[in-house]
Amino acid sequence: MATKSLKKTGNELADANRQLEILSNGIFKNGELPTFADKIKETQQFPLRPRKLEILQINVGYMCNQVCDHCHVDAGPDRKEIMTWETMELCLEVIRNTGAHTLDLTGGAPEMNPNFRRFVEEASKAGIKDFIVRSNLTIIRANKKYYDLPEFFKKHNVHVISSMPHWTKGKTDKQRGDGVFDKSIKALQELNAVGYGMPDSELRLDLVYNPSGAFLPGDQASMEKDFKKALMEDFGIQFHNLFAITNLPIARFLDYLIASENYEDYMYQLVDAYNPMAVANVMCTNTISISWDGWLYDCDFNQMLGLKVNSKIKHIANYNEEIINNRNIVISQHCYGCTAGAGSSCQGTVA
Amino acid sequence: MFPVRNWTELRLTISLDRNKIIAKMADSYYDPKDLRKFGKITEWSEELGTKFFDYYGKVFEEGALTAREKSLIALAVSHTEQCPYCIDSYTKDGLQKGITKEEMMEAVHVGAAIKSGATLVHGVMMMNKVNKLDG
Ligand code: SF4
Ligand code: SF4
Repeated sequence: MATKSLKKTGNELADANRQLEILSNGIFKNGELPTFADKIKETQQFPLRPRKLEILQINVGYMCNQVCDHCHVDAGPDRKEIMTWETMELCLEVIRNTGAHTLDLTGGAPEMNPNFRRFVEEASKAGIKDFIVRSNLTIIRANKKYYDLPEFFKKHNVHVISSMPHWTKGKTDKQRGDGVFDKSIKALQELNAVGYGMPDSELRLDLVYNPSGAFLPGDQASMEKDFKKALMEDFGIQFHNLFAITNLPIARFLDYLIASENYEDYMYQLVDAYNPMAVANVMCTNTISISWDGWLYDCDFNQMLGLKVNSKIKHIANYNEEIINNRNIVISQHCYGCTAGAGSSCQGTVA
Repeated sequence: MFPVRNWTELRLTISLDRNKIIAKMADSYYDPKDLRKFGKITEWSEELGTKFFDYYGKVFEEGALTAREKSLIALAVSHTEQCPYCIDSYTKDGLQKGITKEEMMEAVHVGAAIKSGATLVHGVMMMNKVNKLDG
């Protein structure tokens, strides 16, 4: 179990360019496997273009109370990248005028940003239809100052989406650290107690499942059934939907794949499971991702790879939705993670 | 422990560079890469191959048994058949379905129990024969 980010330990994979180099070399360079661009050309889907903008995803900082093994953000307590109030004000301006119906706050642990609550309060007044906060659950139990988060989320009608790698303690703690399972269970019970996740409740509570190793997620609907049954029987916990997400080969997951000698096999799995039907609905086709320092990206993964949008407008300071939406999406081999099987996005399967 | 007859040979094998090790693997009967080529059996007998894969796909669909239960049965049978390709596939399939390692090991024991039971129940045949010949 990691205790520090790749960045802190000086790992070469903390460098986005090094990651991109790895993703373009070896089996993709020698022609053993087709590049993602070549693959989507087979079905005339190149260049990848956005549809209507629906989701604004804002990453308010890479600091996190956890250091999960497979984190694509390389988040952790040692990360200092935190969105300032000035940048948040620029975001609020965009939120008030956007055509998007969903606002999606992510991190790190977004709650650790010192201006998180002020930002949520302001953003919730902007009339966005679906306001998501991606909460890792343990943050709710990490410190007294976070204990009231369930009430706070409820007050602002926030849609909570949380990660839960497995319904057993062993598999959860292996991926996310000792004690994570017990804390997550407690946090889920507290969310249930204020009404989150209950069958007819408007307070949405969804869970995200991503595999604990070098394999792809199973069928989303069956996983949801298994999760619901186990969490209900063992802990009386309820939630709405389960989103099964494929791990993308970047940051700490890429480091893990290489260190465990699973990289090539994993890329083969992704390419073998390529589903052309999933391409039309990958996340970047309806999302803009904004980083802690205000830069614009096609998705949170491209953000971590330092691949800014291919548009003359690249920063929130001169945001213009129409111009930004008229762009080609920047792709590389990590994109295979979004098109494997039923596809994968921050909101689960897409095909 | 596997018997090591020749330590020099073992050291040599270990010190071979990666490409040579891959080349060596390709010389053996089982190559993990061959699993990806399974579908190619259809090329030499299209009708039968297609029929087989259609049937195979259908068998593993959710039915009176769940896909999860079928995966565990397949894992147990993979072991009793001792098919490396199947063990590779159904271990991965189990992980994908969220099956825990404890469940997987229990399934393997079910296979092993039937295998050993099947051996031992033939002991009755031996007993019958002894009783007849030397009773
Ligand atoms: S996966 Fe989520 S909870 Fe885990 S370290 Fe990354 S940001 Fe934090
Ligand atoms: S990784 Fe990002 S850019 Fe690539 S397909 Fe997925 S959402 Fe789109």
